[in-house]
Amino acid sequence: MKDNDNNSGIVQQQLLDFYKSNEAAICADDTPKVRVLRNNALQRFQDFGFPNAKMENWRNSKIINALHGNFRMPALDEKHSEAKPFSCELCDMDTEIIMLVNGVFSGETSLKKYDNGMVIGSTRTAMKARPDLFDRYFGTTMPAETNGFYDVNTALWHDGYFVYVPKNVAAERPVQVIKLIDNESNPFVQTRNLIILEDNASLQLIDCDDSFNQQSSLINAFTEIVIGDNASLDKYKLQNINDNTSLLNSNSIRQFGNSRFRSNTISFNGGMIRNNIHVALDAEGAEAQVYGLYLMDKHQHIDNYLKVNHKVPNCTSFEKFKGILDDEASAVFNGHVYVAPGAQKTNAQQNNSNIILTPKAKIDAKPFLEIYADDVKCAHGTSTGQLDQEAMFYMQQRGISKANARMLLMYAFAAEISNHIAIPAMQERIDDMIKRRLRGELSSCDNCVLRCSHPKEYHFEIDENKL
Amino acid sequence: MLLNIKNLHVSIGGKEILKGLNLGVNEGEIHAIMGPNGTGKSTLAAAITGREGYEITEGEIWYKGKNIVGMSPDDRANEGIFLSFQYPVEIPGVSIQNFMRTAINAKREYNGQAPIPTVDFLKMMKEKQAMVEITEKLQNRFVNVGFSGGEKKKNEIFQMAMLEPSLAILDETDSGLDIDALRIVANGVNHLHRPDNAFVVITHYQRLLDYIVPDFVHVMYDGRIVKSGGKNLALELEEKGYEWIKESNL
Ligand SMILES: Nc1ncnc2c1ncn2[C@@H]1O[C@H](COP(=O)(O)OP(=O)(O)O)[C@@H](O)[C@H]1O
Ligand SMILES: [Mg+2]
Repeated sequence: MKDNDNNSGIVQQQLLDFYKSNEAAICADDTPKVRVLRNNALQRFQDFGFPNAKMENWRNSKIINALHGNFRMPALDEKHSEAKPFSCELCDMDTEIIMLVNGVFSGETSLKKYDNGMVIGSTRTAMKARPDLFDRYFGTTMPAETNGFYDVNTALWHDGYFVYVPKNVAAERPVQVIKLIDNESNPFVQTRNLIILEDNASLQLIDCDDSFNQQSSLINAFTEIVIGDNASLDKYKLQNINDNTSLLNSNSIRQFGNSRFRSNTISFNGGMIRNNIHVALDAEGAEAQVYGLYLMDKHQHIDNYLKVNHKVPNCTSFEKFKGILDDEASAVFNGHVYVAPGAQKTNAQQNNSNIILTPKAKIDAKPFLEIYADDVKCAHGTSTGQLDQEAMFYMQQRGISKANARMLLMYAFAAEISNHIAIPAMQERIDDMIKRRLRGELSSCDNCVLRCSHPKEYHFEIDENKL
Repeated sequence: MLLNIKNLHVSIGGKEILKGLNLGVNEGEIHAIMGPNGTGKSTLAAAITGREGYEITEGEIWYKGKNIVGMSPDDRANEGIFLSFQYPVEIPGVSIQNFMRTAINAKREYNGQAPIPTVDFLKMMKEKQAMVEITEKLQNRFVNVGFSGGEKKKNEIFQMAMLEPSLAILDETDSGLDIDALRIVANGVNHLHRPDNAFVVITHYQRLLDYIVPDFVHVMYDGRIVKSGGKNLALELEEKGYEWIKESNL
């Protein structure tokens, strides 16, 4: 523990030094508001540093161990080759693609505008090109409970992706973000993303995290999301990073009246992953559905932290995270639903369930309801168990091999989450990936996280009625 | 002989449950096994189907000319042994359709056949569901999840009809059924009964045997078959009660 604290201190100093010597470049395009936010965050980061494992929300989280001190700060003007062989098998899904390499926008047009007013591209370019729009939303979702990772991101961010869907516009095609880590030298990447849906807007967004090779890296991404009145966002997060990459994926969502947020975080692979999802239900009628699935093995670690804040009456939140843990993998589920005084008629449901395949795999589930209103419907539950042996025998008695019976049970467990993917072509791919992952056939990809163009023959059937 | 069990001894967790059981079943026959609770009827079914934890300490189970002791449960199933479970298991997330198709294709693969064409499969589902009078909607429901006791038992018979076993063991499929459901289950069995297959019907009550007429009735007590006879033995048992068996075996 001491060593880690010491190392996190070293990393803290390294980051502060980096800021000092690159301040001009980092802040070159800042609006006055962004500059103020940077300074405040920097001050906090200087004072408090990174969280440690003694803190409530970071207990048992191994992500802090990733702060080992040998990071390279990526040069801000680093150019990334489009020459790198890259193919994304999900691309034929007819999506708008945004590509980030080491957290920096990569491509020719750094800001793409559509006839309907929609804008996608680089966060930095958006800040430069549309300072008014940018300032109206940037920094407006930040959760009250901040920490060193959020602060250092706000202080040091350089780029990321930006998506703007104006009032009354329904995005025609899903936006797909592909993030590659070109990690020859162990970078510490600060990515800053901003997604804005104005009133009555709607968008489906696919956000993939993956890595080029087996080098290690630490990614600290922060995504701010504003969802206006009656607007609707479906956000799919796919994580298939290598075992040496550590990832902090933090999201802060602010929802207005009758808005809908549906999120599905599917973690296939990754050495250490921490997902933070803060949802603020700021106006009546808002609804958040937050789903997650994690399939971890070896020594992998995943940690999902969810905070849903019911600030006003008549909002709904539904959270369901499921995991399958093999070998010596470990997982933390930290779910916190807060119902403010007066937030009557709140409906909040939270559930975490896990299948543990070996005695050495570990789950630490901490669901937490904090309720200050009396006319609410709130529930939480967790369950952890092994594969059902009765069901195993029942299936074998019908002629199904042990291996396929296992697969069927695990897939059925996982499909309860992937069934919530509202893009059918994508759901099909994801289901295929889940099966391959469960069979140990899915590797973290060198070219693309979604190398799914070669479906194999499976020994069990897929429900046609589900496809 | 289709099934020939010789001097079978089975222990669970070191405790001997079956204590030298003999049973021979020919193709085309229906055998009823009766006996008080806890005598080892379900244990016998588990031993024949190869359930883990049921240790065969002595004896042999011959099926289609092979001693199947040591064969995996799925291989036994694919060789044509089917068990209608006393307590059918719920499998959330797995639809009956998916389950049956996987099972049928497993058997076809075992026999070196190609997977069943979808059209044939769906037609078969329809036919067999009609036979046990279950609605088609059932196929998209998860296996046994939220089923009533009667639905679970009908679903077992439906699966039996789909898989067309050579040897079907029905473990108290009649328990807890009302007369209607009982009739449907019995009809299913009678419908499937052919000269080249056999049924072992474990039951507590003689009433099932009004619908399924057995060729032989065996009475089990304390891990053995203690009395065998024709269908009239069931009536005699009904009349005199199990006490009669217990007394004569003291
Ligand atoms: N899984 C088990 N573990 C330990 N004992 C068992 C188990 N299953 C059955 N038994 C015991 O074996 C005996 C026979 O049980 P069973 O075969 O279920 O009887 P029946 O089906 O005739 O009612 C009973 O004494 C029962 O308690
Ligand atoms: Mg029994």
